[in-house]
Amino acid sequence: MTDAPATTPPESPPPAPAPRPHPRSVGRVEAPAARDLAAIARGEIREAMVHAEVGKEEPVVEVDAFSLFYGGYQALHDVSMRIPRGKITALIGPSGCGKTTLLRSVNRLNDLIDGVRTTGDMRLNGDSIYGRDVDVIELRKRMGMVFQKSNPFPMSIYENVVYALRIDGQRDRRVLDEVCERSLRAAALWDEVKDRLHESALSMSGGQQQRLCIARAVAAEPEVLLMDEPCSALDPIATQKIEELVESLVPHYSVLIVTHNMQQAARASDYTAYMVLGRLIEYGPTQSIFQNPKLPETEDYITGRFG
Amino acid sequence: MTQLAPAPSTLTPQPRPRQPRPSHQGGTLLAAGEPMVWLLAAGLGMAIAMISGLVALVVWNGAATFWPVPVVEVRTLDGSIHLGEVVRSDTYRPDEVVLQSIPEGDREAVRAAIEGEGGLASRRLLRTANFDLSGTHFTWVDDFSIAPGGESNPEWAVVVERLEWGRFVGVPLRGEQGGAVVAEGEEATWTWYEDHHAEARRLWRERRELKSDEMGALNRRIEEARLDLRRAELREQAPPEWVTAWTDLSRARAVHDESGIEASRSRLAAIEAAGFRPNERFLEAIEGYEAIERSTEGEFAALRGRIEDLDAQLAAEVMVLGTVDGQEQAIPLAEIVRAVPQNRLSWFGRLGVYLDRWMEFLLDDPRESNSEGGVYPAIFGTVAMTLIMTIAVVPFGVLAALYLREYAKAGPLISAVRIAVNNLAGVPSIVFGVFGLGFFCYVVGASIDQLLFSASLPNPTYGKGGLLWASLTLALLTLPVVIVATEEALAAVPRSMREGSYACGASKWQTIHRIVLPRALPGIMTGAILAMARGAGEVAPLMLVGAVKLAPELPIDGTLPFVHPERSFMHLGFHIYDLGFQSQNSEAAKPMVFTTTLLLITLVAMLNLMAIWIRARLRRRFAGSQF
Ligand SMILES: Nc1ncnc2c1ncn2[C@@H]1O[C@H](COP(=O)(O)OP(=O)(O)OP(=O)(O)O)[C@@H](O)[C@H]1O
Ligand SMILES: [Mg+2]
Repeated sequence: MTDAPATTPPESPPPAPAPRPHPRSVGRVEAPAARDLAAIARGEIREAMVHAEVGKEEPVVEVDAFSLFYGGYQALHDVSMRIPRGKITALIGPSGCGKTTLLRSVNRLNDLIDGVRTTGDMRLNGDSIYGRDVDVIELRKRMGMVFQKSNPFPMSIYENVVYALRIDGQRDRRVLDEVCERSLRAAALWDEVKDRLHESALSMSGGQQQRLCIARAVAAEPEVLLMDEPCSALDPIATQKIEELVESLVPHYSVLIVTHNMQQAARASDYTAYMVLGRLIEYGPTQSIFQNPKLPETEDYITGRFG
Repeated sequence: MTQLAPAPSTLTPQPRPRQPRPSHQGGTLLAAGEPMVWLLAAGLGMAIAMISGLVALVVWNGAATFWPVPVVEVRTLDGSIHLGEVVRSDTYRPDEVVLQSIPEGDREAVRAAIEGEGGLASRRLLRTANFDLSGTHFTWVDDFSIAPGGESNPEWAVVVERLEWGRFVGVPLRGEQGGAVVAEGEEATWTWYEDHHAEARRLWRERRELKSDEMGALNRRIEEARLDLRRAELREQAPPEWVTAWTDLSRARAVHDESGIEASRSRLAAIEAAGFRPNERFLEAIEGYEAIERSTEGEFAALRGRIEDLDAQLAAEVMVLGTVDGQEQAIPLAEIVRAVPQNRLSWFGRLGVYLDRWMEFLLDDPRESNSEGGVYPAIFGTVAMTLIMTIAVVPFGVLAALYLREYAKAGPLISAVRIAVNNLAGVPSIVFGVFGLGFFCYVVGASIDQLLFSASLPNPTYGKGGLLWASLTLALLTLPVVIVATEEALAAVPRSMREGSYACGASKWQTIHRIVLPRALPGIMTGAILAMARGAGEVAPLMLVGAVKLAPELPIDGTLPFVHPERSFMHLGFHIYDLGFQSQNSEAAKPMVFTTTLLLITLVAMLNLMAIWIRARLRRRFAGSQF
């Protein structure tokens, strides 16, 4: 496919590119792919390449022609994607392409930023997220989020884990204890901290803190777990622990995870979405994205020639 | 929109010869920054020197005040003789007038001696006291005017601190009981004094309590009853003439004055004919008042009798002291606060007297127009005012800062409010005093009086300066400090923590209440500490809103309702001003100024340390201690 994409009219889906061997020599940049990216940058519209397998999955979150503007700057362009239930979906793409923005749009954390405007909608298990009279707080209670940098609250480990229940007014000690243990076990942290639950959470190591944040995020049984580069500040061993942990969370939870680490995405996710410049480029089962991408841009990115 | 890097060829970096940066090694001193370091160090050094100089001056002057110094007796060349404590000494350049006071025979020798010293002479200030006899408290004595061998430290010179007329310096001659001499001679008199003084003081305190507590309680009862009557009067809208006529009638009845009864009856009838008919309740109120008046009359008489008995008992025991120029003075034991034979004391004895004087200073009421005695009411007033101020200002400041920082939409209005708050910190404090007087006392206080204390009008209850109004005025003064500190503390709470809380489904208030405030609490405490430090040392506005020279009635005491925030109060800062500039005996007040200043500094430091300690505890509780 050397000529088609840049001139494809928006109405017609892009023709399925003929599978063909792709030269993987490092250092050589494919001229056609670069041309495609330049076309995207110019604002020419093109449809995302969504693999058919995605359509067969039952979605937990549906993103529907979603665009987001930071003041005058458009950070997301008409993104549509279905995030499957009970699976791990990875978001990859070069820095600044809007992965964090998309993730934070799902639980409407971007509302807190002045001057943010959105069009389009998302649905969580069929319920509109950006509808007119949605209760944002109720909505956020149905999701969990883990941030790039661990952010435990300045209180005890126990109180950190049961925070979501506390703000719902849960007082019953038995329920709290049980949730605390279950969440910490789910976050593979129970054995390490079970004897110091009432010590300050800030006295833990960085990796432990991040797992604590995961425990906190799963404590209220969220319908979807959003993770923004949860391992970027951790060493390989802690990273591996968290990866294993995330894998153990499915199929009970649905996970949408942003990562910069290709191996991580390839290893740990069921589906992968590739984004560039605020647009969804290609989205499909991780295996096909990494071994058999349909678009040359994706291939360039995952092989490290761009990004 | 971002442009993607296009042609790959331009991505290859062009090799460029590395240009060495100009080196400053061996260059100018200025470039190395040495002079700047010296300048900065000098600035810091100046600041430290000024602060330590100030503290040292206050501590040195303030701490020495109560130390018993030797009493000297000097006989001068012209034959006069002085006995007193040496307060201080200096050198000066005596002029001809001074020399003329030296007797002719010695004048030339003295002149030569002074000239031998380069025209300088030293002199000492003696606290000769005995103001009731001599008319002065202090006397300067030139060293050159002392007769040869005319200086001594008489063993039995006793410094007497008494309730009136300032100190007395003399030698104990005899003790008298009811006019009869019971001890004679210095030693015997002193022993007798030591045996009897404590008991005399105990009786004196008993008399004081009778007078202030029991008499006061009786007076309050009558006042209460009178206020009840007045309330009833206001409620029934009784004409005042009717009430006076009624009172006259009962008086006349009490003394069986038939014509008086008749006259009052007709006056009452005339008023009632004009339309006023007292109802049952009102008559009951009047009778209640009269009953109380009658019953207290007897109690008053009994009390007065007891006080007179005590007075006679107290006046009977006197110690007669002789002054150095041969006069005698009888001082009742009860009026002696403390008598100290300062020349006889060992070092430990002096230390005991020193500590005893400090205790009196800290725990007693002032006397002698504040230049003697203690400052307990002022300590109490300062602490109470500072605490009430802090309790008032912190919640308000925190609420205001929370709204400004967390809820208000940034915009020109909010910027204007911020600027106004910051400028408030620069307004001269007396302006706040004027505001407090005009608003709290005359508007709020007067309204409270109208609503709740109308019976005691025209005497104001809340409509004048008082502890509450002073505290609120200072709270207003220190509000900007708390707002600014709190805003900074709130801004320092990391965004990630708030977002973490929101992501858990917390509302804005839950996030503020559970995450932001605990994190910001140490910073808020810092604001409170700064506010306390500022408020505790403020004097000017207090003079307008309730600090007074003398207020022995504390704002918290045993009379209902136990807390009296409307009362005037004493304040250490105002006390210093009063001692320093309003005192008649200014030479005696001077050391007290330093002592009181020392106390004020210590008190403020202690309040701050307390707050810092609380903050440290909060820090430990709300933030991780280990990392
Ligand atoms: N608060 C904001 N205000 C304005 N622009 C923003 C804001 N946050 C992000 N952006 C812009 O939106 C674009 C997408 O940012 P985003 O943080 O989503 O990227 P990202 O894919 O997460 O990048 P990275 O991989 O580096 O984390 C960037 O160009 C960024 O400059
Ligand atoms: Mg990001």
